[in-house]
Amino acid sequence: MNNHALITTDNLIKKFPVGKGWFTALNKINLTINEGEFCGLVGPSGSGKTTLLNIIGSLDIPTEGDAHVLGQSISGLTIKKAAALRNHHLGFIFQTYNLLPVYTVYENVELPLLLLKMSANERKKAVLQSLEWVGLLDKIKSRPAQLSGGECQRVSIARAMVKQPKLVLADEPTANLDAKNSHNILKTMEKLNSELKTTFLFATHDEKVIQYLQRKISLDDGRVVSDESTSSH
Amino acid sequence: MLALKLAYRNLMGAKLRTWLNMIVLSFAFLVIIWNKGILNGWDQEARRDTIEWEIGGGQYWHENYDPYDAFTIEESHGKISDATQNAITQGDLTPILISQATIYPEGRIQTVSLRGIDPEQKLLLMPTVNLESDMEEIPAMIGHRSARNYKLNIGDFVTVRWRDINGTFDAKEIQIVHIFKTNVSTLDNGVVWIPIDRLQDMMQMENEATILVTSQESGSIGSINGYEFKDHYFLLTEIREMIEMKSVGGSIMFIILMSLSMLAIFDTQVLSIFRRQKEIGTHIALGMTQRQVVALFTIEGAMHSILAAILAAVYGAPLLYIQAVNGWKMPSGTDDFGMTIAEIIYPAYSVGLVVGTTLLVLITTTIVSYIPSRRISKMKPTDAIRGKIQ
Repeated sequence: MNNHALITTDNLIKKFPVGKGWFTALNKINLTINEGEFCGLVGPSGSGKTTLLNIIGSLDIPTEGDAHVLGQSISGLTIKKAAALRNHHLGFIFQTYNLLPVYTVYENVELPLLLLKMSANERKKAVLQSLEWVGLLDKIKSRPAQLSGGECQRVSIARAMVKQPKLVLADEPTANLDAKNSHNILKTMEKLNSELKTTFLFATHDEKVIQYLQRKISLDDGRVVSDESTSSH
Repeated sequence: MLALKLAYRNLMGAKLRTWLNMIVLSFAFLVIIWNKGILNGWDQEARRDTIEWEIGGGQYWHENYDPYDAFTIEESHGKISDATQNAITQGDLTPILISQATIYPEGRIQTVSLRGIDPEQKLLLMPTVNLESDMEEIPAMIGHRSARNYKLNIGDFVTVRWRDINGTFDAKEIQIVHIFKTNVSTLDNGVVWIPIDRLQDMMQMENEATILVTSQESGSIGSINGYEFKDHYFLLTEIREMIEMKSVGGSIMFIILMSLSMLAIFDTQVLSIFRRQKEIGTHIALGMTQRQVVALFTIEGAMHSILAAILAAVYGAPLLYIQAVNGWKMPSGTDDFGMTIAEIIYPAYSVGLVVGTTLLVLITTTIVSYIPSRRISKMKPTDAIRGKIQ
């Protein structure tokens, strides 16, 4: 495995039971994603983007083949080890933000740090830093219902970034946002990528996102059909 | 600790839903404690009154005596030995002689239990000192229930008719010298108390007794020929069984209240797990295992009972305290029920009662919260994140 490779997949196959048969969502995927990349899995609905993202995020396991994330085999992870991998090294950004509605912005961002059992002082410092990155310091006491969609997604980015993970997985992060908010969000993520060297992996079919990607891995019918690096936006 | 913190945060965030559950549960808490407190208070008062007024440290019964069989009364008397007399003199025992008689208040025939007791006895709270008299008529005292039933007042004369040891009928006038008030109805209903020496004369049972009551300090003083010792456990059987019966009634109310509370919490949990699938998925994505999420939701449900206990303490403690101080006045006529019951029952709350009730509710709530939470462990995280109903 390459020293700089953060993610590698080796003939990765994922099948789902459908009726009496099986549906192949991912078919022999071989990929390497290095540290610090700002890349995306692109393709139409059903092409296997989210499935691959879930496997890389240790939320699912391959049917055949394997994926290695930060040197750890996803197939070989126990439930506890998979949770620890997510807890320590991965950040998630979801299409529908997935913020906890009864928590304030501050509490939502603080949650991953509570799971890491950080001290209160360290938590406070990290949360405020993270909210500063996304420009939401004035909303720390607001609840998700009081925020716009763009603000919610920025909270979601702050939550993903608060523990400064090696890898952030973003599944259709702009699908529910208008063009202006999408650009703001992407600029924020691009800035975090360049400043903190955090690897970002997107699953998207949104052209607005695609134009920001430094590397575009196209999927169709569960196969990689192209893998091209582009110039920075 | 983390689960507790998150559970508390979730509950506080849920606001109205949490408050509703807490209020219902806190009400259940209070009613359970109040109900148990009342029964405990009644039990304690009934035992204390019965011991102080009737049974002392236990009683020696003549071997033939059976209070539930009137036909045994004629044969239930025995000589008081010298050793027993010494114990009486020392204040360790006091004798009671029991016989059956008939009185004729206002010309009506009433069967009574005629009991002789030493007017100078100090073992029982019975105001027997009122029987000390040199008058020719027989001085008698009765309880206020009998006085009401027989329409007798202090100073009234009433004819009493009895059959002596030889089976010969005789009759005399007794004069009511005192009417006493007691919570122990068995000393009152249908009982006429006269000095024991007068009854022994009337019955021709010189130096004989049916019951020997011991002092609370001495209790049993060893075996007495012809008598059997009856301890508190035996003599308080009726009270114990009555309280146990009432406790069953209280338990039914407790089960109904608990069921309602638990149903509310169960529904909340089921609804939570159904509505909060995204949240469950998010927790897993952030690094929790399914078991940790199950624990979080279980603690969240169980925490309702802790918060309810705090709420119950806030508004319930003053209410329970006021009731403990002022007591609960029993309705008129309650003392005619034939059981030992005070006019005012003062609830008795113990640390054991409060802690026991809290633990019981906590354990039940935890179980009820855990059952629906188990579903989380079967959820696919990838579906939960999307809020896909599973």
